Amino acid sequence: MSDTPIRVLVAKPGLDGHDRGAKVVARAMRDAGMEVIYTGIRQTPEMIAEAALQEDVDVVGLSILSGAHLELFPRVTELLKEKGKTDVLLVAGGIIPDEDIPQLNAMGFTGVFGPGTNTNDLVKFVQAEMAKRRMHNAQ
Amino acid sequence: MNSQLLSQIQNGEPLAVARAITRVERGGNDARNLIRALFPYTGRADIIGVTGAPGTGKSTLVNALAKEFRTREKRVAIIAVDPSSPFTGGALLGDRFRMQDLAGTGIFIRSMASRGQLGGLAAAVSDAILVLDAAQFDVILIETVGAGQGEVDIAKHAHTTIVLEAPGLGDDIQALKAGILEIADVLVVNKADRDGANATAAALEMNLNLNPDKNAWRPPVLKTIALQGKGIGELADAIAAHQKYLGENHLRAKKEAARFNDELRELLQRELLHKKLQNVAAEQWQTWIDEITTRRRDVYAIAEEILNG
Repeated sequence: MSDTPIRVLVAKPGLDGHDRGAKVVARAMRDAGMEVIYTGIRQTPEMIAEAALQEDVDVVGLSILSGAHLELFPRVTELLKEKGKTDVLLVAGGIIPDEDIPQLNAMGFTGVFGPGTNTNDLVKFVQAEMAKRRMHNAQ
Repeated sequence: MNSQLLSQIQNGEPLAVARAITRVERGGNDARNLIRALFPYTGRADIIGVTGAPGTGKSTLVNALAKEFRTREKRVAIIAVDPSSPFTGGALLGDRFRMQDLAGTGIFIRSMASRGQLGGLAAAVSDAILVLDAAQFDVILIETVGAGQGEVDIAKHAHTTIVLEAPGLGDDIQALKAGILEIADVLVVNKADRDGANATAAALEMNLNLNPDKNAWRPPVLKTIALQGKGIGELADAIAAHQKYLGENHLRAKKEAARFNDELRELLQRELLHKKLQNVAAEQWQTWIDEITTRRRDVYAIAEEILNG
């Protein structure tokens, strides 16, 4: 069971058009043995939730630079809940002020990673969280 | 399997279908039981394969084709396969990126990593097809990994195989070669607004002229510009014509027989391998490999020992 690759959706909600960070993250996760579905920029919350559902991913990683995270992220989590996709690890990245992090944590974003994050730390975080979840599910 | 889950899958509920595909990808007894329950409800869907070299526009074509089928009142599902890394097992699944038009249309898209399978598909594709078939999709579009000359497994799964070419990839000698061009039921020269599209189409036609069996299906050669949706209606018509031909000549059943013949053999290979190796300790295996690399014994001798063991 544990050798099943971790499936990750990497998406950029909203209108900012810079996806270099998201691509670096996607590549790092690929190199860590994960299966990364990359949907790129200008994703609506509806598109993200639909992709997460159809692809049955373990992790949804949202990257945002525009500052609209407090508007767009809750919409994503609501839609996932609505569709019954509740077993997913939520991770956020991009330009997110420190004071917003507790709010994102409360929405269910277990990890929030800002600029300058070492991709190894991100990968280790996702692997550790997934190991916990899979252990829990196996019991 | 409980009857509630079965009916959820049969109703095409995305969550149930998506989870069922994850289970068949994972394999094992759970996958077997699931397929056993679903199998009687399969056999209805039209399975259409799309293959071609990397960058010929497969994902974009699938995006356009899915939209076309949607306007023809078909329920469409897509399986898009991309390669897994031979080193880390990881994969970047980027086909969905080019299918953004399909969001919110009810079209079900699933990206799959090849997970070490050669031949252009993933090992679980055949089971994923069965899940989508049982979920009552009318059309299942399968996009292979970017294929070279020899990745032809798609033809064993699909009723109709579309092979994509793009202008400028090779001369008329490439068109003569055995392999991927032979599996085409429909040939498409995509990116037809680029220089050399007519020459590419002509080379393909010339090659078809040399087919010895004049009574067999002759694959039409179509030109498309998938990004602009041009030629896609004609492509959908050509697919329909091929499906009609299969039906009239009782070839669909023949294709199905070939598909299951192949699947049964592959399954047996995997199972027999597993059976033969399940009681072999890792140290023993390592000893054998050492014996081979130091040239004390050869692979045939070791294989014989394992088979007789």
